Amino acid sequence: MNELMREGNIRIPSGCAVSAILNVKGRRINGEAITSSITCMHERSNGLGGGFAGYGIYPEFAGHYAIHLLYESEQAKIDVDAYLQRVFDIDRAEPIPTRTVTAITDTPLLWRYFATPKRDCVMQCSIPDEHEFVARTVMKINTRFSGAFVVSSGKNMGVFKGVGYPEDIARFYRLEDYEGYLWTAHGRFPTNTPGWWGGAHPFNLLDWSVVHNGEVSSYGINKRYLEMFRYRLELQTDTEVIAYLFDLLHRRHGLPLPLVCRVLASPFWRDIDRMPEEERALYTALRQVYAPALVNGPFSIIVSHSRGMIGLNDRIKLRPLVAARKGDFVLMASEESAMRNIMGDLDEVWAVHAGEPLIVDLEGGAVQ
Amino acid sequence: MLLEIDAKGLHYRPLNEKIRAAVQDGVAEIELYNINGQRYIGAGLSSKVRINIHGVPGNDLGVFMDGPRIVVRGNAQDGIGNTMNDGLIVVHGDAGDVLGYAMRGGRMFVRGKVGFRVGIHMKEYRDQVPAIVVGETAGNFLGEYMAGGVLVVLGLNRRPGEPLAGQYLGTGMHGGVMYLRGGVDEYTLGKEVKVFNLEDGDEAVLEPLLRAYAGYFGCRYEEIRQEPFVKLLPVSHRPYGRLYAV
Repeated sequence: MNELMREGNIRIPSGCAVSAILNVKGRRINGEAITSSITCMHERSNGLGGGFAGYGIYPEFAGHYAIHLLYESEQAKIDVDAYLQRVFDIDRAEPIPTRTVTAITDTPLLWRYFATPKRDCVMQCSIPDEHEFVARTVMKINTRFSGAFVVSSGKNMGVFKGVGYPEDIARFYRLEDYEGYLWTAHGRFPTNTPGWWGGAHPFNLLDWSVVHNGEVSSYGINKRYLEMFRYRLELQTDTEVIAYLFDLLHRRHGLPLPLVCRVLASPFWRDIDRMPEEERALYTALRQVYAPALVNGPFSIIVSHSRGMIGLNDRIKLRPLVAARKGDFVLMASEESAMRNIMGDLDEVWAVHAGEPLIVDLEGGAVQ
Repeated sequence: MLLEIDAKGLHYRPLNEKIRAAVQDGVAEIELYNINGQRYIGAGLSSKVRINIHGVPGNDLGVFMDGPRIVVRGNAQDGIGNTMNDGLIVVHGDAGDVLGYAMRGGRMFVRGKVGFRVGIHMKEYRDQVPAIVVGETAGNFLGEYMAGGVLVVLGLNRRPGEPLAGQYLGTGMHGGVMYLRGGVDEYTLGKEVKVFNLEDGDEAVLEPLLRAYAGYFGCRYEEIRQEPFVKLLPVSHRPYGRLYAV
């Protein structure tokens, strides 16, 4: 409650910070690099949220779903443990390692489970698919278990987030103990919704994680649309819709990623009118079919998944996003200095254009 | 008197305190090394100090400044020259979005590209006329709500087919002038501007700016002049005057 009162009483003109680094050859790097990048943009956050996503960090459990959970009470953990044991084979369950950091207070219980869904449970699902089963499990925990929230649910990846400045969150979670080939980071400056542990970024579902600077003005429409497909939005932060839209449009509807981006940040009608006929038909159909999936309002986002990452701006670029290349690394961030803080000199730096996704894939499409 | 500061790992607050103290002590030139992301450099300074920046300065470089001369040996980020009143900023690289926001005097030269909303709401008053010269290309909403001043885009080093400036050019513009080297597609113009040929009197504004650009970045003035310029002017001084009147 203290945070909520403070939030209304101070005004620091700033915006969120996002940053990401990908090694396109799948070579893993220490979590210190992304920490140094996001720390460079300290002024863009106000201490009410920081977080990281790392891919490739659990090679010893690469085939398992790595489920990170946040519990606000012991009872929540007892209830969720009992439920998870019924539907998953759990190979390891342990507290997420943390260290004491003065600035990080009111910490919830943080646990991770390396698990695979039980086959007969998956087969009983109306869509008998492992990913679908895990996605529904996430929705069920967030909705039906009071005080329990799934922080991340992908394979060989994990999200580490909470209330605090990102550099403090990184020390709290001992990020220097992890190595990953893809990292994203977020420093939060919440404006419309409270700063709480589950509301920090990245937002994750299965393989997808999203860090976001901006606000989703179309949240209500996007939320109602997603609910028709059995998504449950419980995390009180607009960014949640972006993670679920990527899951719906790519995993479930099979749209290629460039088109998913064009649904979220669709071309304006006046530009569609000038396209060659085939393209015009495609974008007209996309806008008509997926009108409720259009994300309105100012945003720059970095969406990460096990095969790469995507940078995307709103259609008139009301938030900053720059990208760079250095050898096998591709970087994105709100500010150029955040990329130089990791890499020093860069081979190439450029601004990501309004509404035009920057899609970066691992070489060969996956970690070899 | 010359002051050198190694800014590696230095937060913007102590850095800018050092700069302000040096200016008060009458230091005429400051060399800043290892700059990376420190904000507000030169903020509100009203002396004629020269500041040379090695690295990438943070957002709001030269905000509210009134006289200093800043040279950046690298790229610049967003919001540089915000509400600047007088002085000079020269960037030997690219610069980001909202460059020269509400700028009201002084000069800014960028060798490379600039981002979105450059020159947004620039203004002028009598002999106080700000100017921005961009060497390569500009993003969408160039000169948005521009109320005065001079914006010049040269479009140098363009790939074939690459536009000089983005869409919604001069949207809401109601004062000042833009000089664009080569043409722009009518489709990219905002509703409030039209393209004109240069007239008598334009050269007196344009030529000194182009000669200065050529001087700062070591290119030939004659080469810049090989392609003709057009100018963009607002068609109304009060484009939204009747917006809420009917």
